[in-house]
Amino acid sequence: MQKNVRRHFMSYCVNKEYLCMCRRSDPQEEEKVAPILQVQNLQHIYSAGTPFEHIALQDVSFSVERGEFIGVIGHTGSGKSTLMQHLNGLLKPTSGSILLDGEDIWSDKKLTRQSRFRVGLVFQYPEYQLFEETVYKDIAFGPKNMGLSKEEIDRRVREAAGFVGITDEQLEVSPFDLSGGQKRRVAIAGVIAMEPEVLILDEPTAGLDPVGREGILANIESYRKAKNATIMMVSHSMSDVARLAQRLLVMSDAHLAMDGTPQEVFARAQELLDMGLDIPEITRVFLKLQQLGLPVEQVYTIEQATQQLCRLRGEVSNA
Amino acid sequence: MLKDITLGQYFPGNSPVHRLDPRTKLIMLVVYIVALFCADGWIAYGIMFAFLAMTIAVSQIPVKAIVRGMKPLVFILIFTGILNLFFTAGETVLVSFWVITITLEGLVRAIFMVVRILLLISATFLLTYTTSPIALTDGLESLLGPLKKLRLPVHELSMMMCIALRFIPTLIEETDKIMSAQKARGADFESGNLMQRVKALVPILVPLFISAFRRADELATAMECRCYQGGDGRTKMKLLRYKLRDFKAFGIGVALLAAVFTLKSFGL
Ligand SMILES: Nc1ncnc2c1ncn2[C@@H]1O[C@H](COP(=O)(O)OP(=O)(O)OP(=O)(O)O)[C@@H](O)[C@H]1O
Ligand SMILES: [Mg+2]
Repeated sequence: MQKNVRRHFMSYCVNKEYLCMCRRSDPQEEEKVAPILQVQNLQHIYSAGTPFEHIALQDVSFSVERGEFIGVIGHTGSGKSTLMQHLNGLLKPTSGSILLDGEDIWSDKKLTRQSRFRVGLVFQYPEYQLFEETVYKDIAFGPKNMGLSKEEIDRRVREAAGFVGITDEQLEVSPFDLSGGQKRRVAIAGVIAMEPEVLILDEPTAGLDPVGREGILANIESYRKAKNATIMMVSHSMSDVARLAQRLLVMSDAHLAMDGTPQEVFARAQELLDMGLDIPEITRVFLKLQQLGLPVEQVYTIEQATQQLCRLRGEVSNA
Repeated sequence: MLKDITLGQYFPGNSPVHRLDPRTKLIMLVVYIVALFCADGWIAYGIMFAFLAMTIAVSQIPVKAIVRGMKPLVFILIFTGILNLFFTAGETVLVSFWVITITLEGLVRAIFMVVRILLLISATFLLTYTTSPIALTDGLESLLGPLKKLRLPVHELSMMMCIALRFIPTLIEETDKIMSAQKARGADFESGNLMQRVKALVPILVPLFISAFRRADELATAMECRCYQGGDGRTKMKLLRYKLRDFKAFGIGVALLAAVFTLKSFGL
């Protein structure tokens, strides 16, 4: 056990070093741009002052850089959804502040409304919010609320539909005639059509089959690439966030327990397990291999695992 | 905000009031209302108030919760007060200018009316706060049982009420969620003229109805899967039986009624 802890710690240090090196050589990191979102000492209490008082967020602080893909993980009821609803001004912090581009979103009523358009939030099970007669009209709801011109709305609807793979014929049918997965795509397109700089998705793949899941994750990734948008995705699938996210926020009991690269976070596998969280299956396998004494490093994606195994085989055949 | 609607909310607890038979509580509520409408005079109202205050204290329901539930009714209270204040004829004129005259009788009546409504609502809240919806409908079904002889579908009615009560918080939660989701797409419910505001409700109502129908469907399937086929031959897990404490409560109720009627007959 002790040996194990030491090894984790070593690999954690090594990863950190490796990371710093990466950062230094990355040209984008050199010019210091202000973070797009800053969350400072956020606290949220539901039903304050009643017997049902419940602290859902406590002392949460972090900042989000432009173009990042952030995964948010945490056990059920840890406050992930609550946190996400603060980022676009749907919930008002009990204390603390949210800065969008350096400005407090609650400082001015106009700014709060603007933040809804600049930070797009896709709720858990978003298909239940569809209401229009046609898919086209539903996707157009957000842009219409922004007060855009007819041509601009049309362009955005078609572009958003393109991102999520809704065909032109499907735009004219009723959203209620679509399958569950398609409905979800329409709902996501409804938010993408506002062209938010930050796109937040609360468990976008919950309740979908593997094909549907992959499809939606690919849609999100393609939106990020096309618009250089910032993505925050809440997910219970460790392997999804491990594969896609550059950074992970781990929520536990209303606190932000960890904040780091997947490498850093999954290096603390035991802590995650103690929090009642999962780690990617492949990480689990390699943890076991380490325990069995094989000279492998911590991995969290299949590619890394293949690399490690190939290296291992190379060493064996060389010897 | 929507969460603040406490209609039909149940505060679990284990106070003597919680443990009373739901039928006892229903009957006591009726007794209390009858007494309230017979009461006139300061002493009678004092007794009614003291009785309710004591029951609330025993039930350990926070007074704050009852006050909070009162909020949506403030308008009705003010309206009743003003109506009684200005439109009661009387001899002792207190204030008189232009077309408005306020008489002593009017003032007293306004106070009595407002207090009466406040007590009535508080008592009703106390019932729903201390009785779970299931117990409440069980009690109602059992009390209305004799009406079955008249071919009234008592069981069906109470089942409907039970389901409605059970789904109020769920629907409120759902409304909250849908509102948030539409707000995230820039929907604006707080500004604009009346027409715009009504139109702004469509994005909430359509998903809400769809989800309500979906829930109803699922519930019907779930009930059918458990072979629910109405009240005939259906047995209960929790049989209602009057205990000693229920008879004590009835005793107090009779005393309350007697006190109010005695005071009334003496014209106090
Ligand atoms: N509207 C509300 N009123 C009162 N309490 C709430 C409300 N919404 C959430 N909570 C409570 O706040 C806590 C955090 O909830 P939240 O929805 O943020 O969790 P979560 O991390 O998103 O969980 P999940 O993974 O299940 O979606 C929970 O304990 C929940 O019971
Ligand atoms: Mg959630």
